[in-house]
Amino acid sequence: MIRVQREDFDVGKELAALTRGKPSIGGITSFVGLVRDMAGGEKISGMTLEHYPGMTEKQLAEIEAEAHRRWQLDAVLIIHRHGPLKPGDRIVLVATASAHRDAAFDACRFLIDWLKTKAPFWKLEETDAGARWVDAKESDDDAARRWTED
Amino acid sequence: MKLLYFAWLRQKIGKAEETLEPPREVATVAALIDWLKTRGPGYVEALKNPKLVRVAVNREYVAADHRLTPSDEVALFPPVTGG
Repeated sequence: MIRVQREDFDVGKELAALTRGKPSIGGITSFVGLVRDMAGGEKISGMTLEHYPGMTEKQLAEIEAEAHRRWQLDAVLIIHRHGPLKPGDRIVLVATASAHRDAAFDACRFLIDWLKTKAPFWKLEETDAGARWVDAKESDDDAARRWTED
Repeated sequence: MKLLYFAWLRQKIGKAEETLEPPREVATVAALIDWLKTRGPGYVEALKNPKLVRVAVNREYVAADHRLTPSDEVALFPPVTGG
C-alpha cells in the first residue's frame, strides 16, 4: 500500500493496521526516516519536500510491486510525506511484513534504497544562510545499485 | 505538449508548467532540451548540465533518445532526494 500525504502518521497504528487479520505474518521490519537538525555542518531549521503528484504514486507502486516479485511478503506499506517539515518530524515509513524475518529485512532495505533514487521528491533545506536544494548523494545510487548486481 | 518543471529547475525556468508546441523536427528528449535552451537565459541556466537533468515522459523515466509525441506530459527535474 502506498500513501503520499502532508499529514504526520502514527507508526504504531500503521503497523497494527498492516498486520490486522493476517495471522500468517511472523514479523515486520520498519524504517522511519526523520528530518535531521544538521546537514553538511550547518544547522537546519526546516525543510520543504516537493514532489511530482501522480508520478510519485506510480513510482512507489512500481517499487512495491518489484519487492513483491523478489520476496515472499504478506504486506507492504510505504508512507511518504510532502510539504513543510521541522527537525525531528517523520518523513517516510517503509514497513514490510512476512512469515519470516529475512524477507522482511531485505525487502525493507530494498524499498528505502530504491525509493531514494526513484521516487520524485526534492528536499529544500532552510539554513541560517538561506534555503538550498539538497544534492543527490552518490552513496544513495550505490546503495540502490547493490540490488541490481548478483 | 505539456511540460512540467520541479525543484531548482522550476525556479531557474521561472514556472512550474507550460504547454508548448515544439517544431516537428524536435523528435526526441535530447532535441527538446536543446530547443528549450533557445527560449531564454532561465532555460539555459536550468538545463546547462545534462548530468543534473532527469526526464520523465508520462510519469516514467526515459533516456535522452526517447521519442516524443505531441500529447506527451514531459517533466524535467534534478536528481531526486526523497526518503
